[in-house]
Amino acid sequence: MMDACDEPDCAATLKELDVFLDEELSSDARRSISHHLDGCPDCLSAFDFHAELKEVIGEKCRNEEMPPDLLGRIERCFSTDFSGDGKIG
Amino acid sequence: MQYAPQLYAAAMRMTRNRADAEDLVQEAYLKGFRSFHTFDEGTNLRAWLFRILTNTYINKYRKKQRSFDESDLGDIEDLYLYKRMGTLEDASIGRSAEESLMTMLPDDEVKQALEDLPENFRLPVILADVEGFAYKEIAEILEIPIGTVMSRLHRGRKAMQKALHDYAVERGLRRNEADDDEPTKQDR
Repeated sequence: MMDACDEPDCAATLKELDVFLDEELSSDARRSISHHLDGCPDCLSAFDFHAELKEVIGEKCRNEEMPPDLLGRIERCFSTDFSGDGKIG
Repeated sequence: MQYAPQLYAAAMRMTRNRADAEDLVQEAYLKGFRSFHTFDEGTNLRAWLFRILTNTYINKYRKKQRSFDESDLGDIEDLYLYKRMGTLEDASIGRSAEESLMTMLPDDEVKQALEDLPENFRLPVILADVEGFAYKEIAEILEIPIGTVMSRLHRGRKAMQKALHDYAVERGLRRNEADDDEPTKQDR
């Protein structure tokens, strides 16, 4: 198994991994994590892995070709072209 | 309808099949169109549409499923996949420094791992990791507290990692079995 760090700082840092990568930490907490990562290759490696994993999951799960006739069907459904009015998504 | 491709991808991950995904997107647009007067101009249109999509999905498709609670995912260790990726060389699925997860993890396995999550976990993961919504937006879309969003994301992601690992091990084993069928030098 790959070593996960045992230092108390490392444990505290890894606990914030999700929230850090989701960019939901306060700027103070974010700075403190970044500071730890600057000096800790083990934690940095774990964070890099999860950042990449999150990216890959998002990209692969978004990769879906919409049936070409779906939009047309929706528009015909209301007999309304609402892509023209710029109001509805 | 600039958000339609995003809505469709999310609908595919929710319903897990094309026909239902198309119906879901169509129904969400219909509802959005009819209730557009309730949309508060200046707020986030994309979040509003996803809220309609998600609610439509929950009301229409969830009825038959029993609701999962957190314990149903079991207790999966943190950093599950990370701790195991470096030690799988024997099964030909280990990760070398140059190899990216993008090439290592096949599209269908990643989609499957997400789609196999119990719905309570799947929806937050779709909204966060596929659609990039913030915790606060996900909490509003799903009408659950932010703390619940965070814990379901954490547990859902770990369950996905375990599934991805299981698929990779299985793939490695299949490959090894195929190799065993090849005549080796000693046999000749």
